[in-house]
Amino acid sequence: MNKYFWLIPILPLLGAAFNGLLGKRVGKSAVTFVGLGVVFVSLLLGISAFFVMKGMPDHRLVLNYGEWMATGSLQVPFGMVIDPLSGTMMLIVTGIGFLIHLYSVGYMHEDEGYARFFSYMNLFVFFMLTLVLGSSLVLMFVGWEGVGLCSYLLIGYYFETDFAPAAGLKAFLMNRVGDVGVAIGMMVLFAGFGTFTISDILTQAGHLAPEVGFGVLTFATLMLFVGATGKSAQLPLYLWLPDAMAGPTPVSALIHAATMVTSGIYMICRLAPVFTLTPITMDVVAWVGAGTALFAATIGLVQRDIKKVLAYSTISQLGYMFLGLGASGFAAGFFHVFTHAWFKALLFLGAGSVILAMHHEQDLFKMGGLKAKMPITFWTMLVATLAIIGFPGTSGFASKDEILYLAYLKSPALWAIGVLAACCTAFYMLRLFTLTFLGKARDPHAHDHAHESPTSMTLPLALLALGTVLAVWLGWPKAFGGDFTIEAWLTPATTYGQLHAAHGEHGSHPLAWVLASISTLLGLGFAAFGYFSYKDGLAVSEARAAKFPFLHRLLLNKYYVDEGVELYLLRPIRWFGNVLWKLFDVILIDGVGVNLPGALARVFGDFTALFQTGRVRNYALSMALGGAILLYVFLK
Amino acid sequence: MTWLNSHPLTFLVFAPALLGLLILALPNTLGRLSRLLGFMGALAVLVLSLAWLLGHSGAGATTVAEQAPWFTLVGLPVDYALTVDGLNLWLVLLTTFLVPLTMLGTWESIKDRLGTFAAMFLLLETGMLGALMAQDLFFFYLFWEGMLIPMYFMIGIWGGDERRYAANKFFLYTLSGSLLWLVALLYLANKAGGFNPAVMSQAASALPFDVQCWLFIAFAVAFAIKVPLFPLHTWLPDAHVQAPTAGSVILAGVLLKLGGYGFIRFAIPMFPAAAMHYAKPLALLSVIAIVYGALVAMVQRDIKKLVAYSSVSHMGFVMLGLASFTVIGTQGAMLQMLNHGISTGALFLLVGMLYDRAHTRMIADFGGVAVKMPIFTTFFLIVTLSSIGLPLTNGFVGEFWILNGAFLSGFGWGRIYASVATSGVVLGAVYMLWMFKRVFWGPENKDADCGTHHLHTDLNAREIAVMLPIVVLILWMGIHPRTFVAVSEAPVVALLQDAKAPAIRTFVLKPAVHEAPAADTAAHDAAPGPGHETPAPAAHEVHR
Repeated sequence: MNKYFWLIPILPLLGAAFNGLLGKRVGKSAVTFVGLGVVFVSLLLGISAFFVMKGMPDHRLVLNYGEWMATGSLQVPFGMVIDPLSGTMMLIVTGIGFLIHLYSVGYMHEDEGYARFFSYMNLFVFFMLTLVLGSSLVLMFVGWEGVGLCSYLLIGYYFETDFAPAAGLKAFLMNRVGDVGVAIGMMVLFAGFGTFTISDILTQAGHLAPEVGFGVLTFATLMLFVGATGKSAQLPLYLWLPDAMAGPTPVSALIHAATMVTSGIYMICRLAPVFTLTPITMDVVAWVGAGTALFAATIGLVQRDIKKVLAYSTISQLGYMFLGLGASGFAAGFFHVFTHAWFKALLFLGAGSVILAMHHEQDLFKMGGLKAKMPITFWTMLVATLAIIGFPGTSGFASKDEILYLAYLKSPALWAIGVLAACCTAFYMLRLFTLTFLGKARDPHAHDHAHESPTSMTLPLALLALGTVLAVWLGWPKAFGGDFTIEAWLTPATTYGQLHAAHGEHGSHPLAWVLASISTLLGLGFAAFGYFSYKDGLAVSEARAAKFPFLHRLLLNKYYVDEGVELYLLRPIRWFGNVLWKLFDVILIDGVGVNLPGALARVFGDFTALFQTGRVRNYALSMALGGAILLYVFLK
Repeated sequence: MTWLNSHPLTFLVFAPALLGLLILALPNTLGRLSRLLGFMGALAVLVLSLAWLLGHSGAGATTVAEQAPWFTLVGLPVDYALTVDGLNLWLVLLTTFLVPLTMLGTWESIKDRLGTFAAMFLLLETGMLGALMAQDLFFFYLFWEGMLIPMYFMIGIWGGDERRYAANKFFLYTLSGSLLWLVALLYLANKAGGFNPAVMSQAASALPFDVQCWLFIAFAVAFAIKVPLFPLHTWLPDAHVQAPTAGSVILAGVLLKLGGYGFIRFAIPMFPAAAMHYAKPLALLSVIAIVYGALVAMVQRDIKKLVAYSSVSHMGFVMLGLASFTVIGTQGAMLQMLNHGISTGALFLLVGMLYDRAHTRMIADFGGVAVKMPIFTTFFLIVTLSSIGLPLTNGFVGEFWILNGAFLSGFGWGRIYASVATSGVVLGAVYMLWMFKRVFWGPENKDADCGTHHLHTDLNAREIAVMLPIVVLILWMGIHPRTFVAVSEAPVVALLQDAKAPAIRTFVLKPAVHEAPAADTAAHDAAPGPGHETPAPAAHEVHR
């Protein structure tokens, strides 16, 4: 079986090529068959590879396929590593990816670019799997940039509009800024360890004295984290994600919620032993994560576009994951990746179902009362909403609680920020849910035409809801009688190559109970607050907004960060480019350096041409003069 | 046939010129025939170059050479010496590949004096191939200058509205750089008693160091103008914008490469100590070129000018790789030269295809081209991605090697310069994708005077046939770069060894010693000067 595992990433690539080149000719059903088929076979192969890996004594399956780019001391082979971490991520990508592909069949069925859409989606799965499975940092970077490309293409999918191309461009460029961080981080690690192969780096890092961490490695990990803030939309490189909602909704679910945006967390988990050596970076990761979690959640409180709310929610949840990582909870952070992939994909697909039912209306204020019209969407969205607000017993509760608990052990302030963000989350999720499904229809016309989505869309919703419920079994916290299975499961990967794995401080169970009670009660309180604010329409919230006009405007305009970036960063750069061009190229180099000598030569030539009068007497005169001077010089 | 067997290079170099002269002799009325003849000839040269040169390199021996005494110039012997080896094999093939491809790609673009145009093109090919293969500096000089003449005519006759200014600027700029170099060349030849590069290197190494430095500067300025290296680049945008598409493609694809090639073939091996002495300023100018070219490209309104400035940025990477004096960086530069030839050549071809249809190149005149020309858009996107160095395309490998090589450079500046140069990667994406967005995406520009309005047909079969091999190469070079740099590895290693380039600088990360904790477990190394050996950690192969 092992000899077929290279097909896991390659099949989606072939699917992308097929649909991209021939998709328009072969017809929709063939496109669907290939587009879904390759991901499904990839998933099956992935499951098989997962079990092969589980059977290995050290839970590592290493596959090499020859040299890619080698020169001098730089060697980068094509290779895959399947271990508990990459294996789990691989199954998330292919599994949830397949469900979203299935959903897209219904969601996109009227779109002219059907084949193009599936081509890009398959290409994305290819690059994402390369990112996840690649045995070296460079291959990870291939995937890293590649998913950025697919994100760009899919955000700009409706390319004949004004906003989608702009949003795609913004996403790509902001990610590129982060990618430079990754590139520099990789160069530093290469200069330090002499290899890009991840397992070799980790083994060497495992043998380093702890003091090393404060210099080179801190710089390297900070640079890598810059990349993570780009890809995973953290402060300050988060601005692209809300705009990315311009893409089709399945794209938002797959790329901008479940998989790609969690790459930053995945990378840090992958390199956990190196990050562990650098406490400064870990502090930065934790604080940036916590800050982002709260910052984005406050913006989410007032947004009207259903997808924008979910986008800010995603940014906020990604912040939680980083908070967990920064608190040395690699398993906790990754567990939140896992649970979030289910419930956030579900929320987005549910939102897509609503948007389609409302004829592409995304304004929450125009929805309402859809519960009866769309029962499956309603119930599945309810499951996801309960999970994300951390309702006791849900998977979201388990993963978020573990993160908050670890955050408290690192610093109570981090915990407090996390809890505050959780309160905001509870409020805006209930706001979203209430405005969409409950109360009275605010747009009776659209409401009349609304209907439940076709099976190809509701089936993925149901399966994702099932996953959301079941995900909890992988990591029910120890404090509440579980065994947090995922930690033991991931430990071989997150401590690979370390001589003695550090055992984190693990507090006491009573403390965990107290903390969980506080955050849960507060969360439920704010959820109720959200529900009661909106259950009777918009009047209550409008009155409240009128009371705090400044705060409301600030949040509604997302703290004016976009405007600030345009004014204080982009404009000066363009101005600088113009100055360089006009001043340097045109005036200094060309004017003074090139054309001035040219002009001088011409003037000089014109001047000397004055003597070429063509009159013999002038020449005779100058000859005589010259002769006289020569005579004088020699005879003197 | 026996003559051919022993003189394949002579044939490759001079066959195009002979054909060109023949075409010149044909009457003007046979323009279409001349064009066809020229194309077939160039195609034959491509096939023969592939067959002969790749055949030789396949057997392990990578060198094909012809050498014979030729004449004496004021007592100094000049050799007739042509060589194809690891350093120029792929540049030669790039040339023989781009010439017929460009002829085909611009088949309909030239409307008048078809025969003369084809002849100029073939004469240019001879000039380029000769300059790439010549192994005698006087011989090289003849080709180097000779190349200017057909290009001068191509810009001056078939160029845009300001073609005379651009052609004169191109000619005088390059010539004035070369004159200083000629003086240096004659000076050194006089010392060495000939123009053989090996003999000249030996003579150069015997000279006082400051003389070597002056000679190196003379060489470097001539080559840097060709590259072009900041601040000697200002001829390029004018020449590119005014040149006909074919001229731009060859200019970017091959002529600029000769600058970089001049460094690695002559300037660096002949004056290694001086070259390393000036490595820092060279690298600094390269980094400035990378950032500067990108920033200026960003604010251009003409697509062709944008691509021209992007050349400044991309060629800056080549020079940075060469200045790093590491195997990784130099190999990266070798690959980046090929990359740039393919990608930027392709961009100029594509811009030409757009211009042929819309008769404008202003970004603002377009918008929504993707709707009108989907195939064209796809090709443009792929080439754009290659130009911005997306992994699995050729651009990535070259830039990645160069940046890593510079970062590891034994000189003290490597890490900072490499880090700054990475910003060029972002800026590259900014100007290319921003342009792509404004030209191809967005609502269709309905203005009756605008460019989009005049686009009626997507690419035809001929144009697709031109683009397909380019796309194949872009992916091939990105996925299996060894094909293109394996032959240059040994010469590059030897070159750097001969130059006594400093060992690469690594960070010293010392493993924990449990018995006796080492007191000197410093994270940063103690910044040893150039030439200082830095011990690398275990399992790290130290390479020059």
